[in-house]
Parts: sequence; structure tokens; C-alpha cells
Amino acid sequence: MMSFIRKRAVASLISLVGLIVMVFFLSRLTGDPAALFLPVEASAEIKQQFREIHGLNDPLMVQFGRYVGDVVTGDFGESLRKARPALDVVLEAFVWTLWLAAITMSLVTGAAIVVGSLAAFRAGGFFDRLSSVISLIGAAVPDFWLAIVAIVVFSVNLAWLPTSGTGSLLHWILPIGVLFVRPFGIIVQVVRGSMISALSSAYVKTARAKGVKSGPIIFVHALRNAMLPVITVIGDQAASLLNGAVIVETIFGFPGVGKLMIDSILQRDFNVVLAAILVTALAIFVMNLLIDFAYAMLDPRIRH
Amino acid sequence: MADHLLEVRNLSVEFHTAMGVVKAVRNISYHLDRGETLAILGESGSGKSVSSSAIMNLIDMPPGRISSGEILLDGVDLLKMPAHKRREVNGRRIAMIFQDPLSHLNPVYTVGWQIREALTTHGAASAAAQTEALRLLTRVGIPEPEKSLDKYPHEFSGGQRQRVMIAMALALRPDLLIADEPTTALDVTVQAEVLALLEELQQETGMAVLIITHDLGVVAEVADRVVVMEKGELVEAGTVREVYKNPQHPYTRKLIAAAPGKGKMHSPGARGEPVLSVREVRKHYGSFEALKGISFDLMPGETMAVVGESGSGKSTLARILLRLDEPDSGSALWKGRDLFQLSPAELYKLRRDLQMVFQDPTQSLNPRMTVYQLISEAWVIHPDILPKAKWRERVAELLVQVGLGPEHMGRYPHQFSGGQRQRIAIARALALEPQLIICDEAVSALDVSVQAQVIALLDKLRKDMGIAFIFIAHDLPVVRDFADHVMVMQKGHVVELGTVQEVFETPRQDYTRALLAAGLDPDPDVQAANRAARLECAS
Repeated sequence: MMSFIRKRAVASLISLVGLIVMVFFLSRLTGDPAALFLPVEASAEIKQQFREIHGLNDPLMVQFGRYVGDVVTGDFGESLRKARPALDVVLEAFVWTLWLAAITMSLVTGAAIVVGSLAAFRAGGFFDRLSSVISLIGAAVPDFWLAIVAIVVFSVNLAWLPTSGTGSLLHWILPIGVLFVRPFGIIVQVVRGSMISALSSAYVKTARAKGVKSGPIIFVHALRNAMLPVITVIGDQAASLLNGAVIVETIFGFPGVGKLMIDSILQRDFNVVLAAILVTALAIFVMNLLIDFAYAMLDPRIRH
Repeated sequence: MADHLLEVRNLSVEFHTAMGVVKAVRNISYHLDRGETLAILGESGSGKSVSSSAIMNLIDMPPGRISSGEILLDGVDLLKMPAHKRREVNGRRIAMIFQDPLSHLNPVYTVGWQIREALTTHGAASAAAQTEALRLLTRVGIPEPEKSLDKYPHEFSGGQRQRVMIAMALALRPDLLIADEPTTALDVTVQAEVLALLEELQQETGMAVLIITHDLGVVAEVADRVVVMEKGELVEAGTVREVYKNPQHPYTRKLIAAAPGKGKMHSPGARGEPVLSVREVRKHYGSFEALKGISFDLMPGETMAVVGESGSGKSTLARILLRLDEPDSGSALWKGRDLFQLSPAELYKLRRDLQMVFQDPTQSLNPRMTVYQLISEAWVIHPDILPKAKWRERVAELLVQVGLGPEHMGRYPHQFSGGQRQRIAIARALALEPQLIICDEAVSALDVSVQAQVIALLDKLRKDMGIAFIFIAHDLPVVRDFADHVMVMQKGHVVELGTVQEVFETPRQDYTRALLAAGLDPDPDVQAANRAARLECAS
């Protein structure tokens, strides 16, 4: 199994390295980095000074070597707006996003597995049709619209929940609730489809011939097999949450990495943007490894 | 009241499908006593598995519905039992094993876990279940039983997996074991071992065995009585000897007549210039040597059968001759040119001479293409064979040639039966006017009567068009009927090579003899004699 994980780790590491290289050259290709990094109104003198401080007059490869050295040691420079190391700013925000994504995905996974499995068990029945309608709507509704409607209903009209910001547990409910909907809709559908084929499989027939009860047939025999394709989709959905639920975080004023990226782009705080890209990339790299690991845990055929 | 262990009375099962109601089983009755073996014999679509699924409560309802009848186990009607009591019967009183043990074992749990589950589901303590699982695996002859408990199904061979299934089914010493085509997917030698194991276990436990099969040889080997099914109806019942020697129903007569291995063997004439000359072909995958130096000659219009157990290298050889896989060394002269040295462009031209027909036509025919598209695709790839204006006419011709008709052109593969699909695959191979067709288990998946027709078709093509065949098969009676020469392979070696008569009548090698002895003869008397000879051979 370790060789499988190692192979996958090396493969994702290559894309991570590719990303680091790309980020550097893109920031150089789009023109004068001084113009990119500094506010628009910066004078020519300041730009010149900036170039000298940051060695932007050196040959490109020298700059690249320095940049790689910095990245490896975790030095992304200072945030131009906050006058603190960019990495600290990003990590602070990232912890918020990580929690948001982790809580949301745990709820989504648990709920989608139960709903999808039960829908598959009586495919075509009332519960199946009801869950199909709900999950299709869930997968289709745009999150910005849902976020605004949720604020209008629960915060403005009913005044049950705060509109935005952080501070109490109540602040988490709306962002999690809104982020929950789409992945839930998608994963229920995948679980359902995967469970239908698992439940009609030959090994389920064997289990029935052994006299196994319906509960263990669904949740022990079929589910573990059905989870293999589901895990991939869970990974995709979790990745998009880790990327920063940009719109939802912005609407709810949630201090996560998505909102930080948007703010930093608007403020031309380029060091923070670069750090945020690489931190989320690293997080997705780690998450992919976890997914591969889960895959290998679930399916002995992959381990060998 | 309870005269018989199992009694099926007037059972009818229908399936409600989009195409209408299918009456899978119509008003059938049979019974079975303790210690007895009853075979249900039938071809695909005969409904032979449906009644056993009804006994096991494995029919999905809907779409299935048991429209009439009773299934009495010791006089109690299983169909009227409340669900929780019915579930208790499965595994404890009646157990079942299936055709394909790989797909019927859960791939993500160890075999130990799966055997223990059979016990704990019906109330055994887990420690006791562990001990019992070990005993069972030892009993069914799995090597290193203790280690094997922690292995997964994919780590066993096909025969071992079926043994694991048997261990699992017999965990609670059921009164009745239903075996649905238990040896169809296995090599002949392994089949003989598994059937022998089943018989031993039956003698130990006194259970009744209901065996569902399409194979007259299996019936002759293990059954006491047999019922014959055709299109959902029970057409004949009796002891095995009665039914074989004196069949009453025309369908039974047809089945017995279609059983391969009884015709006159080919006697190939003098050998001239070979069309294909294979020398010292070797191939290894990692440290595994699949082919250890294969050499043979093939004459035009001649059939070379390649037989051997799984893992002997038969299919690897086919793939290498078609250059679907590259050999490590060796040569294959096709009309004087080495197939292995051809450039891609030369190979492309030569492809039309060499065609292949695969085992499973359901998989080898693209389900989204019509028959016309499937057959004419060959001319899309090789446009010089036929101008487009003539494609329709030629497809119609080919379809007639393989026993279908022009009206089938617009249909899709799923609208045909298995035998018809294999004919389509043959028509597709013929479209390129090949001189050699490699058949990889091309008739193994077909029913006996259909098999006979397809073999007759291939033989006709061989005679009329001078096509040479390399015929890879594990079914020796079919080989006996169709081959000119036979090559016996074992573990990557050719162990015996000769005319069909030499190999079948005077085999020189022990391995060939063992292979022939393991084959099952449909005649119960012949089979009994074979069996005695085999036991003598073993002791």
C-alpha cells in the first residue's frame, strides 16, 4: 500500500512544483512586477526603489532561484497592506476556511450517504423521488442567490441569525447551511447511483442468500463498495470549498481565505495572493493524499 | 405430510418489464429428498435459475412476481412465511453457491470475515465463528488456511474462490445446497475437483443438492435425477440414465444430440507449405514467464486448437500473434514474412488477413453501433476493399452467410441473443476477407445447441473459403469436433502437439491424459467408467 501512496504523492508533488513555477512566471509575464505589486499611483521612483529592494533587475533565473528558496522556507514577503508576513495573514484566514470546509463536508458526507443509500434501497419509491428532486434543486441553485435569500429570510425577516461576521456559533450556521446545499445535492446523486449498482451486485445476492439483514446489506456490504466513486467526488467538492468559498465568504463577511484573496486582489496585495494560492494548493495536495489513502483503505485491490 | 425435503408445486414466476410481462417459469413442480442430487438442466432463458431464486427469495419484487404455486420445505410453505422467519431459512437451512465466485464474494472484505458473517448472522459467537471458519477453510482444501482467512477474494484462484464459497455455504450445515452453474467458469480439471468436493461434503452431511446446469456432463457426473426445462416449462423429468438413454421430449433429444464430442474427428491430409510458421515465441510479464518458447505450423484452411488450463498462456499467444502485445523473442512467419518485424504501416495492411473473434460478444460489440455499422466499420478502416455503394449489399450477404438476415442490419447488439451476437462478431471478422481467424474461447459462452451451430458455421467457412483457424478453447469435446491439429499447453510450454486423433485417442503425455480424464461425458455410463478410471489414475 505504501508504494501506491508514494506513487500518488510523487504525482501530486509534480503538479505542486508545476504550480510554483507557473505562479512565478505568470507574475513576471504579466508585465513589470513593480507595476503589479505596487499600488497604481506609485511613482516611478518608488517603483525603481522597489525593483532594487526585491532584486527585480537581476536575471530572471536568479530571481527564480531566490523565489524558490523563499517559497521552500515559507517566506512570501510582507503583506503590503497589513505590514505583516504574508504567510501569517494567509494562515490566519486559512484556519477559518479549513474549519468551514471540514464541518460542511462532514455534514454533507454523513447526510448524503444516508439519504443516497436509502433512496437507492427503494429506487423509484417515494423517498427516492423526493430526494432526487431536492438534491437536483440543491445542485442547481446558485450559492450567491441562496446566500442572499437566506440572509433575507433568517436574518432580516425572522431575525434568528446574524447577517455576517464571526463571534458566536450562530455566525457559522448560515455559511455552513448555504455551502452545504450544492455538494449535498451532487453527492446524494452519486451515492444513489453507486449504491444502486452495488445493491444489484452479485455479492449482495450472496449476502441475501446467507440470510444477512437489510441494514448490514446496505451499510456493510454495499456501502463500502459504493463509496469508491463517491470518495472522488467528495474530494472534488472539498477542494472547491478549500479554494475558498469566495462568494459565500464575501457575502457573509467570513474571514476565510476566499474573502482574503478577493480583498488582496482588489488591494493589489500581491504577496498575499501568491501565498494564498500556494497554501490552498498545498492543502489540496494533502487532501488528495488523504483521498488516495481512504481509497486504499476501502479497497484491498488497490493496496496490492 | 412432509414427504420430501423440498417440494416445488405449480410454481409460476413472471417479470413485469417495459416490454410486457415475461412468464419466466410456468407451472413447474419438482421435489428433492435428503441426500439426493437433482439437476435442473436447461439453456439460457429456460428459466432454470428462476425457480431456485424463488426458493432463496432472491427475486426482486417488483419487477418479479410469483403468480402461483408453493415452495414447501419440510412441508412448510416458504412463500407464506413472515419476512423475518424467511430470512432465517437462508444460510441456515438452505444455502447457495453461484457460477462466478469472484463477483459473488464481496471484494472489500476478507474471506474469513465473509465466512464468519454467515455464522454470526444466525447467532454464533464471534470467537466460535473464527474457529469454525478456520475448520471450514481447511475442510474445503484451501492451502495455508490460517493465513487465507485474512486474504481477500482477488488473492485466490477461480477454483479456490469456489471452495471458499462452498465453505461459506456449508458453514451452518444446511439441509439443502443450491448450486447454480457452480463449475461453468472453471477449468476442466478444477471442475472435477470441485464436483468431487461437493459430493464428499454431501456424503458427510447428508444434505440435498440442487444443481442448476447447462452441461449434460455435469448432470451425468453428479446428479441422481434430472429435470429438463425449456422456455419456462418443465419438459422432462426422470433419473439421469432414463433421460439420457430414452429421452421423451423433442427438446431433450435435441439437447442430447447437440452435445459436442460425438462426431467424426477430422483427419487432416498431408501437410504442405504452412501459411503461418511460429518459432520459439517467448514472453514474460515481470518475473512471470507466460510463454516459454512456442513453435508450431499452421496450414491454409486448417484448424489448430490450442487447449490448456487458465494460466497456460493460450490467450497471451493469441494476443502476440495479432501484435496486440509484443513478444520478447521468436518469430512468426506469415506467408514468409515475420509478423513481429513488420512496421506499423505494413501491419495495418496485414491486419485484414488476420482477424479475431472474442469470447464475449456482449463486450466485443460496441453497444451503440448498429449491426450495419459494426460490420461496415472494417471497410471504413480499409477503404480499398469495397466501394461504399456496395456496403449494404455485402453486409446483407455476410449476415446471410452467418445465418442471420438482411433485416437485422439496423438493429443494435442488445436486441440479439448471445449466439446471434457471436454470429455478428464472426460476420465482422469475415468482412475483411481474412485468411486466418483466431477464436479465443469463441463458443464457450454459448448454449450447447447454439454452440453446435456456430461450430458448424466456422467449419463451413473453413471448407468454403479456406480460412485457417487458431481455435483457443478449454472445452475438449468442442475441440474434438472442430480441430485438425491440437496443441496442448501447460504453464507456457507446448506439452503435446499432434492431429486431433493422435491427441484424443493416443495421448502421450500425462498432462494431456489428465486433461482428457477430467472432461465430463454426457453419457452417465461412459462418465461412470471415466470416473472409475480417474480414481484409479489418482490412487
